[in-house]
Amino acid sequence: MLEAILFSLIVVAGTGGELCVSRAMKVVGEVKDFRPLAIARVILRAMRVGWLWAGISMMALGFFSLLGALSFLNVSFVVPVTALSYVAGACGAVFFLGERVSPQRWAGLFLVTVGVTLVFLGNR
Amino acid sequence: MFDRRQQMTSQKPLHLKTFLLILVMVIAGPLGNAFLGKGMKHAGKLVIWPPSDALHTGLRVFGTGSIWLGVASLLTFFLANLLVLTWADYSFVLPASSMGYGVVALLGYFMLGEPVSPLRWLGIAIICLGVFVVGQTSPRSPQRSQRSLESS
Repeated sequence: MLEAILFSLIVVAGTGGELCVSRAMKVVGEVKDFRPLAIARVILRAMRVGWLWAGISMMALGFFSLLGALSFLNVSFVVPVTALSYVAGACGAVFFLGERVSPQRWAGLFLVTVGVTLVFLGNR
Repeated sequence: MFDRRQQMTSQKPLHLKTFLLILVMVIAGPLGNAFLGKGMKHAGKLVIWPPSDALHTGLRVFGTGSIWLGVASLLTFFLANLLVLTWADYSFVLPASSMGYGVVALLGYFMLGEPVSPLRWLGIAIICLGVFVVGQTSPRSPQRSQRSLESS
């Protein structure tokens, strides 16, 4: 049960965090000037966007869940299972960012899911 | 003409730079996770309630050298990832870095002495294949590509 909660938090909070940061960066706009001062201004602008803080909080939750999982599970089991974040990321991109995912990408994500299922079965 | 010649001469160091940074990613990412795993196994039981115990747990976890080695390795991975994405295609970096799943299993087996069953190896190979297929797709969705074409 604890295993399932931690994996859900790693995948959902980690991916949710990345999606929130991605949304925040879209609010900030495309970076065209890469001089240090311009980058610092972009970071300051991003820090005023609420989505960034939501993203950072969720990513921190995902990281601490990873630490929790690694405290009693094997690293060669935990890390491959986190590949499910590709699937969660695609679903989030469709529903949260309104992106379209190609059939070939869904096929790849299906393979990732099959692989993670085998990793799970290999742990029994 | 000059541009093409310049591109041809600058292509080789670019390939080497890409290869080196992907090598850093494939080693530093899994190594970071392996160090975190090692550190967390030594940190003992994690008690997060009441808050005073959570503080003690936090101090114990972040007082472990392996945890900091893990964090440093993961930061190296993120830095290499950010740098390589400034010139290399995401669709190239993603499948190339998926080899990290195999490396983490190797590190778990050889460095931490974890048992890795044949079924887990097969699962990891299929995950790598899946990430490779994802990497072959366009990094931009058809809708967005169309819009960017219309705007240009």
